[in-house]
Amino acid sequence: MGRGGIGERGTPVISVQNLTKVYGQTLAVDHISFEVQKGDVVGFLGPNGAGKSTTMRMLTCYLPPTGGTATVNGFDIFHQSEQVRENLGYLPENVPLYMEMKVEEYLDFRGRLRKMDRASRRKRIDYVLERCWLTNVRSRAIGHLSKGYRQRVGLADALLHNPPVLILDEPTVGLDPTQIRETRKLVRELGGEHTLLLSTHILPEVEAVCDRVIVIAGGKIAAQGTPDELRNSRRLQARVLVECKGSAEAVRGAFENLSGVAKVEMLPMDGDKSYVTAALRTKEGYDVREEAARLVMQQGWALREIRLEQATLEEFFIQVTANQAMAQTGGAA
Amino acid sequence: MSRSTVIARRELGSYFVSPIAYVAMALFLIVCGIAFWDDFQPGQPAELRHLFDWMVWILVAIVPVLCMGLLAQEWANGTIETLMTAPVAEMDVVLGKFLGSLGFFALLLAPTLFFVLMLRLYAPLDYGPIVSGYLGILLVGALFIAVALFCSSLTRSQVVAAALAAALLFAMTIVPYYVVSKGTLSAFWRGAADQAVFRRYTDFSKGIIDSGNIVFFVAATAVFLFLTVKVLESRRWK
Repeated sequence: MGRGGIGERGTPVISVQNLTKVYGQTLAVDHISFEVQKGDVVGFLGPNGAGKSTTMRMLTCYLPPTGGTATVNGFDIFHQSEQVRENLGYLPENVPLYMEMKVEEYLDFRGRLRKMDRASRRKRIDYVLERCWLTNVRSRAIGHLSKGYRQRVGLADALLHNPPVLILDEPTVGLDPTQIRETRKLVRELGGEHTLLLSTHILPEVEAVCDRVIVIAGGKIAAQGTPDELRNSRRLQARVLVECKGSAEAVRGAFENLSGVAKVEMLPMDGDKSYVTAALRTKEGYDVREEAARLVMQQGWALREIRLEQATLEEFFIQVTANQAMAQTGGAA
Repeated sequence: MSRSTVIARRELGSYFVSPIAYVAMALFLIVCGIAFWDDFQPGQPAELRHLFDWMVWILVAIVPVLCMGLLAQEWANGTIETLMTAPVAEMDVVLGKFLGSLGFFALLLAPTLFFVLMLRLYAPLDYGPIVSGYLGILLVGALFIAVALFCSSLTRSQVVAAALAAALLFAMTIVPYYVVSKGTLSAFWRGAADQAVFRRYTDFSKGIIDSGNIVFFVAATAVFLFLTVKVLESRRWK
């Protein structure tokens, strides 16, 4: 697959400095800065309304920034807007397309708009139709296609002129699971050759396709790094979950006395009320599973399950965005 | 091919898959047919003046419908974002949409050449007023399209765009026609009405090609195209 990028820190392909967007009274994007290296697949992760689409619209020159600067492939988004647009392929959110046009006709129109000559249009259209699994619908009207196919038409359009940079706003929204897997595979394959910035609010997607993640919440960058770095960041500790039969008080008391356990939370149970589940927050570097098992045996509680719960990006994401949301409401009050 | 031509071609093509365009075309040709039928009688002068005057009235209703979607639909469907993030300028988009619609309008007029042919079969023709009439109707069409395109740029709703354009065209064309003949109004208002679309147009249908009239139509068309470019650019000011 030939994926470079990580480690070789050359000139960034996308460079964003203090980019800011204000709509009326609303601060949609608040002084964000980041860089994307050549060949990387970078995930832009955040809850709805976090400022992902606005940032992408500024990078694609659809909206001018209120403040700050950014360059795409070395061109300034404000002063060299035409060159920027020539160097990138963009899949907007919800994939707006001309419904009355046929797939191939639409791609031909887009190629002409980009001043591609007849020969390269023909070659590239055949290529992107095949690459995006559209060959069998090439002469169908876009309005008659399913959401999944339309998404691919948008992707084919973004790829048409073989741009060095691809910006994809929620490329897998509305797709069925098979299509999601195919699209992610395609995105992975495009990395390396192209530099990709894609937005999503789906966590497994980030873990599946991205080299780096930028978490954005409330218009600010909340965290960035590789998925592993984020998972292992100090805010997250693994939990050991123990489900056993006993009174909640007794179970909590017993576990709290274990060395290596920092905190015990009792999780709500449904179904059989005689069982309880304790979530043990461990201290740094401890794995308390064996001790916990021994303790359960000693107490004679019936044991149903004991397992180490790996910290997930999801948890990280919820923590980070919740912090941001709290900071915001605090700031407003 | 320039980018505006590419957009114009797409726009023209999209008319042919739009049922509204066919309905408007049919309506236009039916009205023209009736107007021609009125004149196509023994003893009537062999000219199309009456037909040309009728065309202007019917265009006040038809052009807003033909052009309502030009930009309103782009706003509503979000396709404006795909369009503007390709390396095109606002001017390319506006000119392309304008030229595409003007092309469709020319195709709409083409069947009326059949009336000229019919007239020719029964009487010797004076081609001068016919040529100037067609030139005039093309200029009126261009101005009406520019006005309707401008209205379409202001809203996401095609219905609103059509209503707005119809109101503007009505005010520019039909209202002054009545104002001119009202003796109770001051000379200023009657003079102003005399400068409006219909009065200037009737010169063409009479066979008079006045450069002042040509300048009026071209300049007014340019003003509305310019305003449309500004509206498109205004998304950047918000």
